[in-house]
Amino acid sequence: MDHTKTFFLDGREIPFRDGQTVFDATMAAGVYIPHLCHNPAYEPHSSCRLCTVIVNGRPFAACTQPAVAGQMIQNDTPELKEMRRTLTQMLFVEGNHYCPTCEKSGSCKLQATAYDLGLQDNHFPQFFQRREVDASHPDFVFDRDRCILCGHCLRVSRDVDKKNVFAMDHRGIKTEIVVDSPTGLLRDSRLSVEDEAAHVCPVGALMLKRTGFQVPIGSRTYDKTPIRVDSVQNFKAREERRHG
Amino acid sequence: MAEKLKVATCSLAGCFGCHMSLLDIDERLLDLLEVIQFDRSPINDIKEIEGLVDLGLIEGGVCNAENVHVLRHFREHCRILVSVGECAITGGIPSIRNHYSLKECLEEAYIRGVALENAQIPSDPELPLLLDKLRPIHEVVKVDYHLPGCPPSADAFWHFLTELIAGRDPSLPLQLLRYD
Repeated sequence: MDHTKTFFLDGREIPFRDGQTVFDATMAAGVYIPHLCHNPAYEPHSSCRLCTVIVNGRPFAACTQPAVAGQMIQNDTPELKEMRRTLTQMLFVEGNHYCPTCEKSGSCKLQATAYDLGLQDNHFPQFFQRREVDASHPDFVFDRDRCILCGHCLRVSRDVDKKNVFAMDHRGIKTEIVVDSPTGLLRDSRLSVEDEAAHVCPVGALMLKRTGFQVPIGSRTYDKTPIRVDSVQNFKAREERRHG
Repeated sequence: MAEKLKVATCSLAGCFGCHMSLLDIDERLLDLLEVIQFDRSPINDIKEIEGLVDLGLIEGGVCNAENVHVLRHFREHCRILVSVGECAITGGIPSIRNHYSLKECLEEAYIRGVALENAQIPSDPELPLLLDKLRPIHEVVKVDYHLPGCPPSADAFWHFLTELIAGRDPSLPLQLLRYD
């Protein structure tokens, strides 16, 4: 394993292995890069652009950018923080995110990321789009109001469960997650509790029924540990399991 | 002793939870009242702001014509205007009605509601006209600061007010920043 290659992130020297992305090497070094559409357990997707860093003067998504020796990278700058704040605000006004009544509050990555970025308002006018809730399945409720189109359910159902239960339909502002079933309802799909895709939603869009309040508000993941710390801890634990 | 800062508050389409949370700073209210005095507020029942006040705290979104009137009155008479709580900042729970037409909402409540007799949609001229959609307040007037939470906790209120009064940046630290 070659640990001699390094790049510079905000002036700090970060080692990397061949084939590692900027995101992976940075997180392994204990430095958090905000991200929403990427779950380090799966292949990166680079659609949310929250992990954008400046590599040798140009913006790239850290989750898909290969690490190259000698790169000069900026991550923690006022400009990037402002861009990440704006992207997150746009997600909040595009969907219908009612944190006070959401079962996911406290363990929601969108909310925790907004806390990390210090968002106290959404700046933009709310869209108030009407989106359909699918509560037809005995085990799941799919609330599109809360969906941020990260594509986790779609990709994991396709790549891991090999079921292709989810797809994205329409384009632009009308984009939505649709379900592969004769009726378009989850009830008639092949999604089951054993599927990995059933447990990867970073927000409260796809949730298991009857579990919403098993952990009380105030004792949840990001109530106890800020996402900045939790993400790095989880990343390192996963790396250790994989590489020893 | 320096003149006390004047503070006005009101609740538009809110539940008064934010006001309750402000009162929940408990005995610290006495410290606060050393440096501020309340102008128009449901706490003292003063109905209109006279002259200019230093700080206006708005709870709730804008759902009817009276809300618009009150909000504009506050903007004209407050040097600093603060959007307080989920409903003022995003529309909150009352804005769930925005996914339906006003007609659908009124009919659901007053025509198709359970156990109604003589069902009719209220039309008394004294009732403020409902807006087509409920709006967060920053979409109607300029807002200077946002204090999030549902409601913002008593500690969040205390932090925000004391920092602002001291002339510092009143942004909430991570441990006080909550949207629920």
